[in-house]
Order: sequence, then C-alpha cells, then structure tokens
Amino acid sequence: MTAIATPRRRTSLTRNRLPRIAPWASLVVGLVVGAAVSTLVGFNVFGWGVFAAIAFTIVYVAWSAAVEGGRKARDKFATCLVIGSFIIVVLPLFSVIWTVLEGGIKGLLTPGFLGTSMNGVSGIQDNQSVNTGSRVVGGIYHALIGTLLITLWSTIISVPVGLLTSIYLVEYSRGGRLGQAITLFVDVMTGIPSIVAGLFAAALFATIFGPGTQTGFVAAVALTVLMIPVVVRSSEEMLRIVPNELREAAYALGVRKWRTILKVVVPTAISGIASGVTLAIARVIGETAPILLTAGFATKINLNVFSNWMASLPTYIYFQILNPTSPSNPDPSLQRAWGAALVLIIFVMILNLIARLVARIFAPKTGR
Amino acid sequence: MTKAADETAHASPKGPDVTSTETKTSEHSGGARKLSSREGAAGDKVFSGTALSAGILILVVLVAVAAFLVLQAFPAFVAPQSQIADGKGFWAYIVPLIVGTVIAAVISLVVATPISLGVALFISHYAPRRLAQILGYIIDLLAAIPSVIFGAWGISFLAPALVPGYAWLASSLGWIPIFGGPASATGKTLLTVSIVLAVMVIPIITSVCREIFLQTPKLHEEAALALGATRWEMIRMAVLPFARPGIISAVMLGLGRALGETMAVALVLSSGPLIASLIQSGNQTIAADIALNFPEASGLSLNQLIAAGLVLFVFTLAVNIVARWIISRHKEFSGAN
Amino acid sequence: MSKRIDVKDLNVYYGNFRAVEGVSINIEARSVTAFIGPSGCGKSTFLRTLNRMHEVIPGAHVEGHVLLDGDDLYGPGVDPVAVRTHVGMVFQRPNPFPTMSIRDNVLAGVKLNGKKLSRSDTDGVVESSLRGANLWNEVKDRLDKPGSGLSGGQQQRLCIARAIAVKPDVILMDEPCSALDPISTLAVEDLINELKEQYTVVIVTHNMQQAARVSDKTAFFNIAGTGKPGKLIEYADTTAIFNNPKEKATEDYVSGRFG
Repeated sequence: MTAIATPRRRTSLTRNRLPRIAPWASLVVGLVVGAAVSTLVGFNVFGWGVFAAIAFTIVYVAWSAAVEGGRKARDKFATCLVIGSFIIVVLPLFSVIWTVLEGGIKGLLTPGFLGTSMNGVSGIQDNQSVNTGSRVVGGIYHALIGTLLITLWSTIISVPVGLLTSIYLVEYSRGGRLGQAITLFVDVMTGIPSIVAGLFAAALFATIFGPGTQTGFVAAVALTVLMIPVVVRSSEEMLRIVPNELREAAYALGVRKWRTILKVVVPTAISGIASGVTLAIARVIGETAPILLTAGFATKINLNVFSNWMASLPTYIYFQILNPTSPSNPDPSLQRAWGAALVLIIFVMILNLIARLVARIFAPKTGR
Repeated sequence: MTKAADETAHASPKGPDVTSTETKTSEHSGGARKLSSREGAAGDKVFSGTALSAGILILVVLVAVAAFLVLQAFPAFVAPQSQIADGKGFWAYIVPLIVGTVIAAVISLVVATPISLGVALFISHYAPRRLAQILGYIIDLLAAIPSVIFGAWGISFLAPALVPGYAWLASSLGWIPIFGGPASATGKTLLTVSIVLAVMVIPIITSVCREIFLQTPKLHEEAALALGATRWEMIRMAVLPFARPGIISAVMLGLGRALGETMAVALVLSSGPLIASLIQSGNQTIAADIALNFPEASGLSLNQLIAAGLVLFVFTLAVNIVARWIISRHKEFSGAN
Repeated sequence: MSKRIDVKDLNVYYGNFRAVEGVSINIEARSVTAFIGPSGCGKSTFLRTLNRMHEVIPGAHVEGHVLLDGDDLYGPGVDPVAVRTHVGMVFQRPNPFPTMSIRDNVLAGVKLNGKKLSRSDTDGVVESSLRGANLWNEVKDRLDKPGSGLSGGQQQRLCIARAIAVKPDVILMDEPCSALDPISTLAVEDLINELKEQYTVVIVTHNMQQAARVSDKTAFFNIAGTGKPGKLIEYADTTAIFNNPKEKATEDYVSGRFG
C-alpha cells in the first residue's frame, strides 16, 4: 500500500506504513456505515455518532492491523479509546452546564429574584403566576444571606485551626509521633461523607443544647469538619515548598522561631495558602446534605446564625425541586431552583478563578 | 526542657531523628540570646503552644465525631428490635441500604474509571499543549460543581432521556435480572443514579490522575521511546506503572465520594425496597435515606438514622484503609526511590 | 549489524528558533565518535535528531537528511518508532524502569516486538545483553530485584544492556557518565571500547579527557552567542582534534581557554 502511494524506495524504515489519508478515509467509511446502521434501528443524531465512532474504530484499527501489524494497531486502538473517552465525557458535562444555563437565566433575570426572600410566597401565588402568566414572585435573598453567613463562619473557624495545624506539622512536629497521628486523622477526615459531618454537628448540638437545635452555626460547625482537612492539606503543601534557606537565613540573624514563621515562612507561602483556602470555600459552599440536617428549612431572612432556622442556596435548590411551593404547578419552583443553581455555579466558578489568579499573581519570587 | 521547646530546633524537610544535634544548636543560640535579652522567648512558647493545640483540636474533633455518632447511635443497637423500622429491626433496615449504596457506587466507578483514565491520558499525553491546559482547567471547574446541581440535572434531563433506553433494555435483555421489566416510566432508577454519580466522580478521578500522569519522569518516558516503543507502549511501560498508586488513590477518592453522595441520589432516585432490577423504581442508599427522613425523625428513629450514618462512616473508613494497604503493598517496585 | 550515518545540511528547530545549523558529518560504522563543545552548543540536540528523539519536545523539527546506510531517517513515510529500534539511546542520568526487575528492564525493548520467546530464549538474551554491558557477574544472582536498587554506574550499564538487547545498529549516548563517580565512569568507558566491535557508537561528553580516551573521531560544536544556532566547527580524528586542530576555536576549547 505504501509502495503504491509513495513511489520511493522501500526500506526497512518505511515498511508497512498506513498512507496519510488513512484516518480520513476511515472516518468517511465510519460516518457512512454509522448512518446506515442508525437508520436501520431508527435514525437520530446521537445514535449516528455512536455507530460512526464504533465503525471508524473498527475500520481504522483493522486496516492498521492488516498493514502495520499488531503493535501499531494496538497503539491506534488506544488512541481511539482515549479520544473516545474524552468525547464521552464532554457530552454530559456540557449538558449539565447547558441545562443550568437554560433553566437558570430566566429565573435569574426575573426582577426581584436576588432581592426578595420566599417569605409569604405560597402555592397561591405560584398558581396565579402560572394561570395568569404574571411574573414568578419569590427569590433567593434569604438563601444567599444564609449561604454567605454559614460559609463565613465555617471559614472563620477552619482557617486559623487548619493553618496553625499545618504550621505545627511542618515547622514543629517534623515527623514526630503526634505529627503522624494528625496527618493520619486529617486523611481520615478528608474521607468523611458530608452527610456524616452533618449528623455529627446535629448530634453534638442535640447532646449539649437539647434535641432539635438547628441554627446556621450548627451548619457552620458541620462544614468546618469538611473544610479543615482541605485547608490543612493545601497549607501544609505550600509551607513545605518554602525553601529551608529562608528559615536558616532568619535564624542566622537571631530572629526567634515564631517571628521567623510569621514574618518569613507564612508570607512566602501566602499566595498558595490563600488559593487553597479559596478552593476549600468553593468546596463547602455547595455542600447540601450537612446543611439540610443542621440548619432546618427557612423561608424568611435570618441574619442571626445562633438562633432559628436558616436557608442556604443548595438546600433552597433541593427543597424547591423536591417539594415545590405549589405541588400542582411546580414550574415556578423549578424556575427558582435553576436560578439559584446558576447563582451557585457562578459563585463556585468565581472562587476557582480567584484561587487561580491569587496563586499566579502573588506567587513568591523565590523557590521554583 | 519541655517537648514543645525540644522541637523548636529549626525545621528540616526530612528525617525525624536529628534532634540530638539540633537541640544543642537551639540551646546554644538560646544562651547567646540570654546575653542581650530574653525578648520574644515567651512568644516562641505561646506560638508553638497555639500551633500544637490546633493540631490536638483536630484529633479531638475526629474523636468527637466518632464518639457522638456512637453515643447517639447506641440506642438503636440496644433498643428492642421490634421498635425499630416498623418492627423489622435495625439490621433488616440497614442491610438493603448498604447493598443499594454499594451497587450504585460500584456501577458508577466501573463506568467512571476507564473514562477518567482515558480523559486524563488525553490531557496529559495526547492533546496539544494549549488545548490540554484549557481542558485541565475545565475539568477542575467541573470537579467543583456542587452535587445538588448534578442531582437537579439528573432528575430534569438525564432521567427522562434514559426512559427509551430502559424500555429497550427491558424488552430485549429483560431475562437478565438486573434489566428486569417493566422499566420505570420516569427513569428515576438506581441505574440513572449510578450514571449521575459517574458523571460526578469523573472530574475528580480525572483531575487527580492527570496531575500524576504529568509527573511521570521524562527520563522514563524517553527511555521507553528510545527503545522503539509506540506511544501506547510508552504509556504502559513508563506512565501507568509510575502512576499506579496514584490511580488507586484517585479511584478510592471517587469511591468515597460515590458512597457518601447524598443529594444526587435523594433527588434522582424514586426509592423503595431492595430489588434486583436496576431499571425499575426501588432501592435506596444510606446517605439519601438519612437526608430524606432526618427532618421528620425524632426519638428512636433519629438514633436509627444516626446509626445508619455510623455504618456509612465505618464503610468509608474501611475503603480508605484498604486503599492505603494496596498502595503500601506495591512499595518495593514503586518509583519512590 | 553496525551501520554508518551520513548527515547532510541538517538544521534543527524548536518552533521558530534554530538550535543547530547546517551540520554535515559522516560517521563510520564500528567506530566511536565523540561530540564535544561548550554547554548549549547543540551537541545533545543534534544527537537526539539521530534517532528522532528530539520530536518528544513539541514544536521540534528538522530540515535536511540523516542517512542510515543510505536510508533517510526523515524521508516520507518513515516511522520514528522504527527508527528508534535501529538507533538506540542511553541518557545522561541512568533511567531503568523503577517498577520492573533487572531482568524485565533488559527485556523491556525486546518484549515490545511481541514475539513469543521461550523462557530459555529470554534467559539467553538477558545473559548476553548483561554480559555485553559488563554487568552479568554483578547482578546474575538478583535478576528479579528492582533495577532501581543498583548503584548509579550499575544502573547506567543496565540501561546500556537494555539498549543492546534490541540489537540496534547504532548506540547514541548523551553524556552517559556525567552523573557517575570516577570508578563507574571507568567501567562505562571500558564498555564503550568493547561496544565498538559490534556497534556504531556516538557519545556526547563534556569531559575532554573522556573524549580523548574513548573516541576514534571527535566533532567539536560551538555557538556564537546566546540565541544563535550551534554549529559543527571541526570534525577529524581524535588525535588531530586534540593535538593539532585546524580551527582557532577548537584549539581554545581543547586547551581549556574557554568553555
């Protein structure tokens, strides 16, 4: 085949090579065969894509096996699988984002969506808006406030504890028994299912303050359990890459150890730490299960995390979908849920973006 | 000399047992300090004490998690079993939930692991560099999407989309028990849940694996290529063996996530008793059962839910330990040295 | 087995940057050729173009011809993977596969070709390759131990055994001794002298004494300044390069006046 395509001398180096156009030729064959097969079973674009991909792989790999031998065919087969898995993954993930955007933009653009709570909104208003076509009332203000407050409190608790722990691990323990135990426990904590963290906070406060204690603060404690290990892990990693020369330089100047840590080590690693903390916030801001068990279900604005139930964006989405405000007309609730989902995703994306920017812009000039 | 002060010698990156010489250094510098002033010496003690107590606090928290769970779960184990779960007893309540949880998690991993490895390889070794960077960023973002959103997508888009597929499975493969009909008309089945879970854990496994694949030493990749390996052979010779422990921990991370996932299941699954068919309504997972019943629970039924949480906790812990054991078993031939 | 290499007007690029310019050189079969020159002069880059390993770096490409006994390595339809089975390579730092035993390391390249070899055949390949690399006596009792447990010099000889196990025509060595101690270096140099009985050996080295000790011919590469491409300045018998070089730059370099 090669000899025909290229009228050059056959050597041991050019033996058994597929012609350049082989992938394209196989693709055409694949598309045709795919169309034929999918027409047989009832044509749709999705089925065509699937059958075309399978047919392409078979044709291309078989051709390669016939001309180039088994090794090359296996290599091409692996390439097909790798690219195929990439395509498989892109579809659902873009579908998720598309669904949120499609459903969310309408909800988000409804006047008052960000500025009003669900206080006083009941099935009556929702039925009315469906029947008369008036705008959907009710919004996420209370949930927005709740999410921010709960996340703020868990950050206030987790960051000092997590940062100090990582300082202990890196600067003081140096692989001692206690350090090893802490590292192990942090690992175990990373694996705690989020609902178990919620159960823990609920059980803790039920034991101390009596059953049914559900406030924003309980939720913050639950999120803290999830957040601390993330903060410890990322800060530890960042402190470890601070070059030892910096510490020794400070010691050589007669600076005390605690000042060295606060003035030299932590500032050097601060961008990495900040970016790790931001990612930790992004992780807990979308947690639903723990808040569901600990903060109850509120429709009113509540600014006090220490008393009464509190709403949050994730639980808001959950309840709007699972228990629509008007069971007979769930559409307004769904619209609000998607709007809240869009806001939540935007939050997470912004936090991720900030984390990346912080890590890049304020990266220490020393080190790597 | 207190323990904390003993550990105040300067930090070295490795080697726990260099204390003897370093203690001398710290004593020496401490002595030199004394000549001028003791200023700041108290600060050292306070600061190291604070750091130490933060570390201990973490130990306390984890012990507290276990203690409170056990404490609150205890009544469910000792109460007369006729009072629990409509007289069935605790174990009759929990075993179907465990089975449902494991089935969903295992299916999701069986789907997610090969795809994730493929995508991670695509990003690390196949895609052009520009595209790979963008993809890596997108995957990281997707890993951060809250699970409740995946749940909402599952119930509103995926479940209805899968209904025709389930009908086809029931009619042509119905003789296999797991595809036994009649298929659910809403698509809110355990198989849908498993697929949603797979979509959720794919970004997680992918982003961990990609990191590890990228860390494969260039030396070993070039060694393989210089022997005349194709790209796939190079990956099998150099990349996969190097990455094996990392792949295992990534998969275990995904498994932990799938086992403990609550919202996606609670939203998508139309739950019921344990059944063999994956395409009918039915089955339930531990986490989702807790979430659905907790708001109304009180008294003994609350204890029962907390006991279920304890079981889930122990389960994920066991997964963690098994993963560590597998990784440590491969130490000798790992790339560590 | 051993083949000659003829390079005609080779330019090597990284993206738009020309790293090596206009190299023409004829390397005899069954000889040892050393490439010397200051850091960054393109000698390693040029060496890697001889088995198309430079293509591992995205954007790297060449203009010109490299003929292996008359077959152009850069001709149309040439498979880089096939090229590398003909032209083996040993790297600067020893790189045995850490997850494989010594035995599997030697067989790594052989197994790729997929031929089902019997146990006695593979044993034969392992022994002859390790003997060829002067390593057999040191490791014959621990063939199933990981290759990463050996000393640096042993690891490098293991890599050489791995390269000769696939029976290449040419062996390229990119500063093979720069990470080794003097005794291991000596062992590898002895080995290079034996290898030229059967193979064409091309070695890049920073160490001029080493070039003088092991090579038959020496090529001196130099660079006019940073950002300029590297060039082949002089190529002649090793004794000529070190005793009466024709070029001023060569003389300055070998007499230690710069570089």
